[in-house]
Amino acid sequence: MSTNAFDSLEAGTVVAERELTLTRDNLVRYAGASGDFNPIHYRDDVAQSVGLPGVLAHGMLTMGVAGSVATDWLAEFDQAAWVQDYQSRFTRPVPVDAAEGAVLTITATVGKLDPEARTARIDLRVTFNGATVLGKSQLVAAFA
Amino acid sequence: MVNPDIQGREYPPTTPYLVGREKVREFARAVASASPIHLDPAAAQAAGFADVVAPPTFAVVVQEATLAQLLADEDAGVDFTRVVHGDQRFSYTRPIVAGDELTATLTIAAVKQLGGHSMVTASSAITDAAGAHVVTAISTLVVRGAEPEESAEPAAGEK
Repeated sequence: MSTNAFDSLEAGTVVAERELTLTRDNLVRYAGASGDFNPIHYRDDVAQSVGLPGVLAHGMLTMGVAGSVATDWLAEFDQAAWVQDYQSRFTRPVPVDAAEGAVLTITATVGKLDPEARTARIDLRVTFNGATVLGKSQLVAAFA
Repeated sequence: MVNPDIQGREYPPTTPYLVGREKVREFARAVASASPIHLDPAAAQAAGFADVVAPPTFAVVVQEATLAQLLADEDAGVDFTRVVHGDQRFSYTRPIVAGDELTATLTIAAVKQLGGHSMVTASSAITDAAGAHVVTAISTLVVRGAEPEESAEPAAGEK
């Protein structure tokens, strides 16, 4: 760990990228971990009955895995840093095919630095089939 | 339609939620995090935290009980089958760690009508056993309007 980790950051730098396949197994696991058992996340018949193409990933799962890309990087970069704020808008659903799953690409970029508060805003871009699925997905990390 | 009078309403604090180490690990694995501070108490302590650190979206587990209060409030008029999650925010004073006993208090920050839909902003302030603020979880729920045949003014773009 470097005590100067924050000072080495530069706005615009891509700090982490990950491609991740969400499968139905991941959805079931997240339902159990989070307590969100809405059947549109595990039953195609229920999803279709409310006008959806099929089972969708929980928006909070997509936000959660995107956050992990940032926090896994953060823990390696400066283990004492922590997340002060994390927000996302749910702009597009992520249908999860029973056989193929859904491939997300997640990119974490340093958006803005506040040297006085010693915080860094990490902007998360999450795409599925070439389109972004989260809007204004921003995580603010606080450094010592 | 959601009752606009619930704006400003505060609900009773939820039953305290005890954050377990295995629950934090389970949640971290579910959101595909491999960071040792979520999984290994020794790694978390070496980084300066009392125990394994919950991933930032973990607060949703504690917040859930407050949203259940809103959905159960018949006076609020929120039809769960029509609810879509619009956005979510977590603002932390400090991270959640295993061993925390957390209580959440829901306030309805705003109710807005937009094109036949209702937007409800639910703010859940989460405090620890000492009463100190840990995190506020803010959800905007979009409650879709009634079907066109039931609605006097169907929203543009609906159907």
